[in-house]
Amino acid sequence: MSRYELDARRLLCPMPVIRTQDRVKQLQIGDVLSVTCTDPGVMQDIPAWCRINGHKVLETQADDYQYIIMLEVGE
Amino acid sequence: MKQIKAVSLISGGLDSMLATKAIMEQGIHVEGINFFTGFCVEGHTHAIRQKDKDKPKRNNSLWVAETLGIKLHIIDIIEEYKDVLINPKHGYGANMNPCLDCKVFMVKKAKQWMEENDFDFIITGEVMGQRPMSQRRETMPIISAESGADDRLVRPLCGQNLPATLPEREGWIQREQLFGFSGRGRKPQMALAEQYGLSDYSQPAGGCCFLTDESYSAKLVDLWKARGTKDYELDDVMLLKVGRHIRPNQNFKVIVAREDGEGRFLQGYKNNYINMNCASHRGPLALIDGDPSAEDLYLAAQIVARYGQGRDAEQVDVLVRDLAGNESTLEVKPLAKDKLPKEWFV
Repeated sequence: MSRYELDARRLLCPMPVIRTQDRVKQLQIGDVLSVTCTDPGVMQDIPAWCRINGHKVLETQADDYQYIIMLEVGE
Repeated sequence: MKQIKAVSLISGGLDSMLATKAIMEQGIHVEGINFFTGFCVEGHTHAIRQKDKDKPKRNNSLWVAETLGIKLHIIDIIEEYKDVLINPKHGYGANMNPCLDCKVFMVKKAKQWMEENDFDFIITGEVMGQRPMSQRRETMPIISAESGADDRLVRPLCGQNLPATLPEREGWIQREQLFGFSGRGRKPQMALAEQYGLSDYSQPAGGCCFLTDESYSAKLVDLWKARGTKDYELDDVMLLKVGRHIRPNQNFKVIVAREDGEGRFLQGYKNNYINMNCASHRGPLALIDGDPSAEDLYLAAQIVARYGQGRDAEQVDVLVRDLAGNESTLEVKPLAKDKLPKEWFV
């Protein structure tokens, strides 16, 4: 298992989802990806994308200006 | 026996949701595809503007996929879409919407995806007569032919009004389980949604694309005219969704944030544009697009001052940052309302 980071700040949905989707394609099952965003919409969209595609959201963090979603790549 | 697979164009609206469900009901494995052109209404203004902050923000195409229990592939087509918008073979609709070329392009991309992923046919939620430009009896065969999808393109909601497609002839799907919807009415779709047990679905009043919006289209045309070329970057497309756009002269325009959410969004562009805000009073951030002279910047500062709390003051200090990040202060008298002609507002 390896850990990776993705900077999706300043992008509006669905771009953070697309960047996450494209990055996950390059990773292995069990890898962990931490995505940093500024669009609050990602708090709905990235977990929804994970549920649809079989990935697991491990943790989400939010403050006024930044949102971090940590996910584990599934099958 | 081989599992037959279909890829469905999911917009996030009701029609594509129903079309997908109708084919799933026939035992076909369906996955969704959603294309992002940069002009999709989906969530953008919502995300930028503060006033909508308490409403739930969801991407409807993801939500549809999750409701139906299918995978969704979101594809970035921003670069390729430029040619569709700039040179539409079939022209524009009421505004800058190249709906027919857009549909042809998306079906063509879906066909490419279908072939790369070993799928068998394509589904769209088109309904004959639903849209004045792209969903008419005459345009349906154009889309099938010009996209190259031909008879592998199935429109389940109006399929009974159209010639049989390959999946019907091969017996993969049953024609009698398709529908014969037509026209702009929504009652048949709403009844079918109820039959499928779908009660929560998106019904966008103005379509799903900013290019159908008159005000947005005017800003896009203004941008092209000012630059002397029909080109754009994603940042241009995004900025047209934000703020007041005021063009006193052909060589520059001022983009003034209307509220805090927009101000925060414009902050992200401070390194790419000359920008200014009131220093002596509270006021909005503004970006200057174009190639302004010193006189133009003075006028821009007067405009920016007009939208701050010092609008009635004799003098307002406006902090200006150039593209190198150098700061200077302009002392201006805010522009009076009657000195700000309507024609300047794009």
